Amino acid sequence: MSPLTSLGHKTLNTLESLGRSAIFLVQALFHLPRAEGVRLWLRQMYFVGVMSLPIVAVSGLFIGMVIALQGYLVLSGFGADEALGQMVALSLLRELAPVVTALLFAGRAGSALTAEIGLMKATEQLSSMEMIGVDPLRRVISPRLWAGFISMPILTVFFSVIGIAGGYLVGVDWLGVDQGSFWGNMQGSVIFLDDVMNGMLKSVVFGVVVTWIAVFQGYDLIPTSEGISRATTRTVVFGSLAVLGLDFILTALMFGEF
Amino acid sequence: MKRSKWLEAGVGAFVLAGFLGLVFLGLQVSGLAPGQAEQNFTIHANFSNIGGLKERSRVTMAGVTVGRITDIELDPQWLEGRVTMKIDSDVGEKLTEDSTASILTAGLLGEKYIGLSTGGAPEMIKDGGTIRDTQSALVLEELIQQFVSNMSK
Repeated sequence: MSPLTSLGHKTLNTLESLGRSAIFLVQALFHLPRAEGVRLWLRQMYFVGVMSLPIVAVSGLFIGMVIALQGYLVLSGFGADEALGQMVALSLLRELAPVVTALLFAGRAGSALTAEIGLMKATEQLSSMEMIGVDPLRRVISPRLWAGFISMPILTVFFSVIGIAGGYLVGVDWLGVDQGSFWGNMQGSVIFLDDVMNGMLKSVVFGVVVTWIAVFQGYDLIPTSEGISRATTRTVVFGSLAVLGLDFILTALMFGEF
Repeated sequence: MKRSKWLEAGVGAFVLAGFLGLVFLGLQVSGLAPGQAEQNFTIHANFSNIGGLKERSRVTMAGVTVGRITDIELDPQWLEGRVTMKIDSDVGEKLTEDSTASILTAGLLGEKYIGLSTGGAPEMIKDGGTIRDTQSALVLEELIQQFVSNMSK
């Protein structure tokens, strides 16, 4: 094959898989959970959301603590260490909580979703479901998608709250920043609709994108053990890159002054 | 069956805790207070120099935050900075026609904000009215320039 042909082949393949994934998303979303679907959704919420809580909580704690420590070192040079609360809260709410939660989610829950669905496909569970008249989109895919969409904003809230608590622990309890100015400066500079809600909006977008990539990679993989391992890698790589790229676009739209 | 109950309770607790976390972010971190007066009393003020004032900066009265700046634009008629702010309506109703607005700085290098103080006139300012008596921002460069030109005289 000449280089030109192979380039065209690759482009067509990429476009084709993009189109397949879009059709797949629409089909799965419109299969809204019914009474029995709620059960399945709850089970997925447990595995995707509740089980991701420890890693999100521990990372949030350490990231909040390290921002407070670094921020204190810089700010105290200007005698502005009372602005520490504002720095911790704004950097967590606007950037770190949505982005780091999404990256952790892609690594912990996304790869598990891909591997699980991929193994179902490799062992022909999905085609057997179709044979007995159960739609795998409704039974397997849709509950997982919805669980991911809903878990991500909740996990982001946890990350922010625990991160701020970690910043408080280091800033106020260890480094001796005044408690009143820590909270006061924070409340003076954080605006609920602009900062908290924009961060939540980011996390909703990341939740949709990461879960979509994870589930589609599982559904669309080549059903061999090598295929599963490649798809799992692709979930983490594509998911993380999509989160970081989208984060820049969303930040420019939300906070950039055009 | 028992396991499923635990699972459902776990998910319920997860969602509930997420909601409580959001309430914490609202109340403790962004300082929203339930039953807070609505900030929907609009006033304008023209300054000859706004010197680093930004949208969303605080508007204070006696040092207490009573509102925020919503818009800053150049008044094409007078070529002055026209600042629009929204403040608590119960504070806004007590502002007299001759109230003053001045641009202040928190600390030496801190953020700029507006300080309002009320006057003694009998007429009250209306919603959407303009404060005439304003004091512009202190611009450090101008002060230094004045100081230097006085020195050389």
